[in-house]
Amino acid sequence: MTDHPVPLHHFPEELLLDHAAGSLPEGLALLVATHAALCPACRRTLVEAEALGGALLATLEPVAMAPDALDRVLAEIDAENGSDVTEVSRPERDPQVPPPLQDYVGRGIEALAWQRLLPGVAAARLRAASGGEMPVRLLRLAPGTAVPRHSHGGLEATVVLAGGYDDAGGHYERGDVQLGDAGLDHRPVAAAGAPCLCLIYEEAPLRLTGPIGRWFNSLISS
Amino acid sequence: MALSSQQAERLPDAARQSQLVVAVGASRDREAFAELFGYFAPRIKAYLLRRGAAPAEAEELAQEAMIMVWRRAQTFDPAKSAASTWIFTIARNKRIDALRREKRPDYDPEDPSLAPAVPPAADRAVEVTQQAGRLAEAIAGLPEEQAALVRMAYFEDKAHGQIAAETALPLGTVKSRLRLAMGRLRKALAEEL
Repeated sequence: MTDHPVPLHHFPEELLLDHAAGSLPEGLALLVATHAALCPACRRTLVEAEALGGALLATLEPVAMAPDALDRVLAEIDAENGSDVTEVSRPERDPQVPPPLQDYVGRGIEALAWQRLLPGVAAARLRAASGGEMPVRLLRLAPGTAVPRHSHGGLEATVVLAGGYDDAGGHYERGDVQLGDAGLDHRPVAAAGAPCLCLIYEEAPLRLTGPIGRWFNSLISS
Repeated sequence: MALSSQQAERLPDAARQSQLVVAVGASRDREAFAELFGYFAPRIKAYLLRRGAAPAEAEELAQEAMIMVWRRAQTFDPAKSAASTWIFTIARNKRIDALRREKRPDYDPEDPSLAPAVPPAADRAVEVTQQAGRLAEAIAGLPEEQAALVRMAYFEDKAHGQIAAETALPLGTVKSRLRLAMGRLRKALAEEL
């Protein structure tokens, strides 16, 4: 299996615009940023949407600042040291983890609290930067594993980090995005050869919809 | 440089804005900073008020955003973005940090492992400022039904799904209007002179 050099499945433009505008919740923003780190085309759209933000800023009716605002800011600046740009030291990187995701996986993918959900399916929940809850999980499928048929109560977004899977929508590999809404009922199957690692955002818990799967709903929604 | 309210209202062109940020970054130029402050601080404040900050909070955060402008001016690259774009991202991130108490995950545009989305050219900085001018004209020329949705997306902390719910427009209509608007603006960015 050959990795395609750039992702073939993208976030739709209106979601990129939401991200540039700063309107997405942290979890979904994490998926958009992770995809963008792997996708030159979506980075270009984000740059355009940020330019739109800058141009819109100019259209706002200005609201007067406090009379002493500039003096206060200059005083604050004077109180600082001369050197302003601090070098951020980057910890050792796992090349599998795109930069936006690095901060969220702490000591690395393997060190996360992985939980086995079903045979061949394991998940690890990620936390928001504040430490709070965030509906984002990493999902790892053993090669060839089929995820039981399921649907979602709301938006589900998936970004593939390693390996690949096939679904009614096509074949998905590193960097690819799959979006599902409440209407999507699907049964992804991991490609043979290597484990499939995905980053998943779930607005609402998934529901297994197959005949046996319904029994497992309580097990996997934790 | 005296900072009258007239000056605060007046719009320096995109090339001038870029020069000011570069001057702040390269030589810690306080007059250049004061001019940027006069123009951008009241607009950042307006932006924060639109996005739900209380007046005192908006004042404070606008000041903090301008301090970030000073601190980060060295990282501004006029060949990559217009000053207004760069300052918008600072204001946006400040708002997410402060008002939502969330972090905004992002890729690092300076990351060497990311292939450049746009090949750099010798006259990129000139092109970028010209693009900013064309973009402003294109925004002014958007049909109102598209412009209204774009403003909601940028100024009201609403993702397009919420916009659809609140305007009672079908989700597909919101998506297609936003895409049409983006298409027109992209055309303005790409236009050859």
